[in-house]
Amino acid sequence: MSGSDLVMYEEEFGKIDEELQRLYIQTNAKVVFLVDKNGQLIASAGETHDIDTTSLASLTAGNIAATGGIARLLGEKEFTILFHEGEKDNIHISLIGQRIILVVIFDSRSSLGLVRLRVKKVSEALTRIFNDITSKSERDKSEGKIDESPFAEISDEDIDNLFR
Amino acid sequence: MSFINYSSREINCKIVYYGPGLCGKTTNLQYVYRKTNPDQKGKLISLATETERTLFFDFLPLALGDIKGFKVRFHLYTVPGQVFYAASRKLILKGVDGVVFVADSQIERMEANIESLDDLRINLAEQGYDLDKLPYTVQYNKRDLPNVAPIENMNKLLNPRNIPSFEAVAVTGPGVFETLKNVAKQVLVELKKHY
Repeated sequence: MSGSDLVMYEEEFGKIDEELQRLYIQTNAKVVFLVDKNGQLIASAGETHDIDTTSLASLTAGNIAATGGIARLLGEKEFTILFHEGEKDNIHISLIGQRIILVVIFDSRSSLGLVRLRVKKVSEALTRIFNDITSKSERDKSEGKIDESPFAEISDEDIDNLFR
Repeated sequence: MSFINYSSREINCKIVYYGPGLCGKTTNLQYVYRKTNPDQKGKLISLATETERTLFFDFLPLALGDIKGFKVRFHLYTVPGQVFYAASRKLILKGVDGVVFVADSQIERMEANIESLDDLRINLAEQGYDLDKLPYTVQYNKRDLPNVAPIENMNKLLNPRNIPSFEAVAVTGPGVFETLKNVAKQVLVELKKHY
């Protein structure tokens, strides 16, 4: 299972955060966030305080997974963009590099055209960053940097303590 | 597929509750939700039909505490148990770190248990996982009912490798946390092996 684990380092996280902040400002969005395909929230920007981002992340991933299932039934590889229109808020979901989901929530202060344009631009940058992350964690593994990992020293007691 | 974030110092792991229709997967999550401190849990999300049958999945995020300065979060999911939701069931298994198989202990549900376990194996294999290599726990649920099969028989049918198994009554709670604790522990031990 470890082969596909996502490991995020400080440096790349900073870069991702920067891209999201830029997208948030450029699109005039309410919230922008990034989720992995399994529903884990990676990063977010904007007015996140009154939104349950954990649930949103999981449901978004479910949404993408279900749509992907439909795509395959139709002989498509994937539908890379989903758009939901509400009375006040709209949500633009796009799949980046087959593995990361970018979500933009916006209202009438922005427009679908603007969001699509900016998302396209930022997608390329994010794809590059995630490629870097993958090669970095593979390199670390092969160079045996794993010893520095905080998990190597997890004891049974640590684990038991979680359930007290 | 766990997600380790060195920047926010978090580890996120995904645990999926699998099993035949009406075996008590959602009930397990509901019990965990009821008995967890508000500051340790997020919302319990249920995508269910009007008759409260799971349509897509249930989701419960749990923050259990810290290990070596890392916040440990478990995302608990259930699959829809009914046979005809096979396509949705597969999707939920994506990126799973640990599996709980909830078996219905009633004698008349044995065939459904076996069928669901086969289905689990096949669906995992499609995603490139081997059930025998994943953190995995079996729960024999509904032990309070009168018509239950003896544990030895269930073990023979559903647990030939004799992996950890727990008797449970998910409605009232016995066995629910024991099951969760066991699978969570296996997930963390696995993480320790790889990082």
